[in-house]
Amino acid sequence: MPNTQQLQDLTTQVRRDILRMVHKVNSGHPGGSLGCAEFFVTLYQEIMDRKDTFDMDGIGEDLFFLSNGHISPVFYSVLARSGYFPVDELNTFRLINSRLQGHPTTHEGLPGVRVASGSLGQGFSVALGAAEAKKLNNDTHLVYSLHGDGELQEGQNWEGIMYAAANNVDNIISTIDLNGQQIDGSTDDVLPMGSVRAKFEAFGWIVVDIENGNDIAAILEGMAKAKSLSGKGKPVCVLLKTVMGNGVDFMMHTHAWHGKAPNDEQLAIGLAQNTETLGDY
Amino acid sequence: MKTYTNTGNKDTRSGFGAGLTELGKTNENVVALCADLIGSLKMDEFKANHPERFFQVGIAEANMIGLAAGMTIGGKIPFTGTFANFSTGRVYDQIRQSVAYSDKNVKICASHAGLTLGEDGATHQILEDIGLMKMLPGMTVINTCDFNQTKAATIAIADHHGPVYLRFGRPKVANFTPENQTFEIGKAVLLTEGNDVTIVATGHLVWEALEAAKTLHDKGISAEVINIHTIKPLDDKAIIDSVSKTGCIITAEEHNHLGGLGESVARVLAKHHPTPQEFVATNDTFGESGTPAQLMEKYGLNANAIIKAAETVLKRKN
Repeated sequence: MPNTQQLQDLTTQVRRDILRMVHKVNSGHPGGSLGCAEFFVTLYQEIMDRKDTFDMDGIGEDLFFLSNGHISPVFYSVLARSGYFPVDELNTFRLINSRLQGHPTTHEGLPGVRVASGSLGQGFSVALGAAEAKKLNNDTHLVYSLHGDGELQEGQNWEGIMYAAANNVDNIISTIDLNGQQIDGSTDDVLPMGSVRAKFEAFGWIVVDIENGNDIAAILEGMAKAKSLSGKGKPVCVLLKTVMGNGVDFMMHTHAWHGKAPNDEQLAIGLAQNTETLGDY
Repeated sequence: MKTYTNTGNKDTRSGFGAGLTELGKTNENVVALCADLIGSLKMDEFKANHPERFFQVGIAEANMIGLAAGMTIGGKIPFTGTFANFSTGRVYDQIRQSVAYSDKNVKICASHAGLTLGEDGATHQILEDIGLMKMLPGMTVINTCDFNQTKAATIAIADHHGPVYLRFGRPKVANFTPENQTFEIGKAVLLTEGNDVTIVATGHLVWEALEAAKTLHDKGISAEVINIHTIKPLDDKAIIDSVSKTGCIITAEEHNHLGGLGESVARVLAKHHPTPQEFVATNDTFGESGTPAQLMEKYGLNANAIIKAAETVLKRKN
């Protein structure tokens, strides 16, 4: 049984990283990053079967693709704290000549990243391609992916979602971050999507709900269930209900902090609510 | 002057199909994807020989490009097949982010390029694709001239690491380059030597350039014809060497004069060897329905147009 306290401590530290990264360059996307901190920590520490070193092909290990690339702060923090590159490099986020670009890319050779993302809606297709390659290579490891809920408004997703079930791509577990927010407001205000569960089921996917996507025990249980349902002829979708801005009270339950950095005072409040656990970078 | 023999009209897309069939036998990492155009792209044989390595994605080109990008992760060499219009303009952002910027080893193979698509009309006749693709950093852009060269190019790009755009067409055209040739990416092919004017052509216009050179020869004009099958990276040296001798140049392509081969050549010459140049290309226009021959005549993309351009550029030379 995983030590959830250790995972919780790492999550708190990741929150501090996110806040400090976006504050330093006065740009970036803290809201969705904070909302997915528990998910990333749990995925990289407990769920995925990963090699210690990074190579692009990733044969013989699980792979992860981030489709909603704007939540790069949480991705970078967890990659660094999982050993892919030095934690100190988080200092270079969004600075010139950095490997930590505003949105993730392979272009600068950052270990842990296998495709560029940022222009939304492309991650399903890429992750499905990687899953097909695993099948061709007789590699029984899984492909994980993460997508925003607002991102599902992009049409390419549904091409991929339709393809996956039609071709029995059952070695993929795709998670949707259901935080109900996007840049211009709530998803219900901008473009109501109806039942995401019904849509995935209609497209032939197995759907697993994680009602509290900011609870590590719930994520562990939900992802274990998703894993147990893989390999049965159908793709698996996890609907992860999260709170945007989770862990920093004034950033929670609003789209206001989707793409806005805290000022000095706001940073101090946010850090006070997340005291240092494993050491700042 | 050196002349070339048409060994029988064949379509360049069948050259692609033949090359892909060959690759299926020789390179087990080659996989093929198609968006509901298997027959048009001549991918039937690869599909029959290697069903496990063939992916029918349906009418969903954006997903096809993303799938291909993902398949490279794990060492596969994906060849995507659809019409040129749907291979480029429709999926530009997918190619830009998931393939080019991500440096994925995807081969984007595009048939029915240009006006010679014919009766389907302008919705399908893309004349902007060379420009779109050559602007992407790291993208190799190839436009082959006949069946034999298309087959050779298809085989060659599997051994080149990096994204490639391979452009070919629908109609049966002269097949005149050597069978089983070695295709060298980025290396121009000097077809006829001449002293008065250089004709640099790509794709279906290469044979037209040879036909034009014969007529010009009869008129006492010595034309040097160069087949530029690779528009990017461009063989700068071959172009500069030739115009150093002839002093004027014509570029010929089945593409808009904006963004095509002609502009790439003009850039090289402006920088290294300013030279009078005439452009045989479409004039910032869409196409329309008609037979390939009618369209090439109406839009000025044939041997006659090249001859006229030669007469014009020769006057500018002195």
